[in-house]
Amino acid sequence: MHIQSTEVIDTFAEAFAMWGARVIITAATPAWALAAARSMTGFATSVIGCKCEAGIERELSAEETPDARPGISVLLFSTSLEGAGKRLLERIGQCVMTCPSTSCFNGLTSGEGVSVGGKLRYFGDGYQIGKSLDGRRYWRIPVMDGEFVVEDRFNIQPAVGGGNLLIHGLDQTRTLETAEAAASAMRTVPGVILPFPNGVVRSGSKIGSRYKGLPASTNDAYCPTLRAFSAATEVPLDAACVLEIVIDGLELRGVQDAMRVGINAASGNGTLRISAGNYGGDLGQYRIGLYELLQATA
Amino acid sequence: MSLKLVLKHEPEVPLEAEVITPAKLNGLSIGEITKLPLQYGNERVEVGEFFRVEGSYSGEIHVEGDLARVKLVGAGMSEGRIVVHGRIGMHLGAGISGGEILVEGDAGDWVAPEMSGGRIVIKGNAGHMIGSAYRGSPAGIRGGEIIIHGNAGNEIGHAMRKGLIAIGGDSGDFTGVDMLAGTIIVIGDLGNRTGAGMKRGSIVSMRPAQMLPTFSYACSYQPQFLRLYLLHLSRLGLPVTPAYLNGRYQRWSGDALEMNRGEVLLLNGEAA
Repeated sequence: MHIQSTEVIDTFAEAFAMWGARVIITAATPAWALAAARSMTGFATSVIGCKCEAGIERELSAEETPDARPGISVLLFSTSLEGAGKRLLERIGQCVMTCPSTSCFNGLTSGEGVSVGGKLRYFGDGYQIGKSLDGRRYWRIPVMDGEFVVEDRFNIQPAVGGGNLLIHGLDQTRTLETAEAAASAMRTVPGVILPFPNGVVRSGSKIGSRYKGLPASTNDAYCPTLRAFSAATEVPLDAACVLEIVIDGLELRGVQDAMRVGINAASGNGTLRISAGNYGGDLGQYRIGLYELLQATA
Repeated sequence: MSLKLVLKHEPEVPLEAEVITPAKLNGLSIGEITKLPLQYGNERVEVGEFFRVEGSYSGEIHVEGDLARVKLVGAGMSEGRIVVHGRIGMHLGAGISGGEILVEGDAGDWVAPEMSGGRIVIKGNAGHMIGSAYRGSPAGIRGGEIIIHGNAGNEIGHAMRKGLIAIGGDSGDFTGVDMLAGTIIVIGDLGNRTGAGMKRGSIVSMRPAQMLPTFSYACSYQPQFLRLYLLHLSRLGLPVTPAYLNGRYQRWSGDALEMNRGEVLLLNGEAA
């Protein structure tokens, strides 16, 4: 199948069941809310090395937040409910509570509740104050600029991680431009994040390594410099750059929508080929076929 | 069609009508409801003697008339909704654990003593001892919300342990006396001796107040948690202004005669 001059490969992205949370950070100004969100979503590109994947979902206007202050919606994903709970506790404690003027709220209505504020409250050393309002419980933890308000429990729901697109381009410059544009378009889909730097990853990985103990190693099939070495190469003859966009979402539908938007946005402009990464379909719980995505809109 | 009880004539002495709750009227015919007992002074009478009953219960009970001498309406309520079109007497919603009571007029003393859940909204004024503990009882309300749009009397939230009491107008003396926890927000003036004997909990007012000498001034700051409460009250129709949301509040800690972990927050002006 072709979209403009770009070939779309008949393959699928292999996505995985994960657990996801939505965290609402508010602050005195949009800049401080963003500062906390950036800190919280730092070093959260891949569960392989970061134990979680996180990103900014979108900015929130004051009308959209629980305390009518400017805010940021952050999504965080991990491979287990317990792991997601631990990461929330660590990152809200170290990155949000530390950021001046912030408050932090659960942004999901469904899922399993885990204690976050209920544990962070101990930082208050006995001076913390609990408040219950309209079925929700909050903690007021005294800090040096006043109080840090954090919700007692955060919901974590089944989610989908590892949706992906592989963009094969003629050169790095044009492929970067294309990937940036695609990522920008994909971020408009609600309920998803693109956890890698600026939404794009160049070091796609395969499972395992020739070196003992390494769980993952470079995906040689998509490395242009290894085209001559690798029998399994997937790099077209004229391609010199392959960039991947990874998508995590609270729902499968969001991941699918983001991939569809990404395919359309990345097509043309010198993009030779669009494909997706998978492991043969044996590991992930979800197969997201590129043709099925495009046919769904036809 | 919802169930309607219309007061046929005003009682001369207090009429105890604790049968007027959703759980006790649900599923009954009009005939059965009119036979339910009421306590009228020292006599047992039937509902039909004082009320004309219309319709059938479908989650909501409407009570009409001047019910200033009708007590205990909604006592023990756990679900559904009662709407009182007029004044209501003492002990409205005593021990309520769920559901909602809306009074479109004034309410007497002892609204929702020892409630544990649900919501009571009084569009007019209310009397003394709103959301309080019974005399000799160690704790008052343990949850739920009492929203008074007008003024309220003395000893609001006496010994309350949890929940929210909001007064759109002024409150009388001893607001939050012996409070254990929970939140009282008074948009207007507080009476004398606010928070006397309080252990924990929050009492908030948008007006200056004379504090007891056993309360200590801490600072003037913007309590972010208060925004959640004020926005909630605004949605319920109380007059919340941007100055309340964005203002700085004096924080007074007390009562030093007790645990000194309570707080009184007094609006001190808008933030710079």
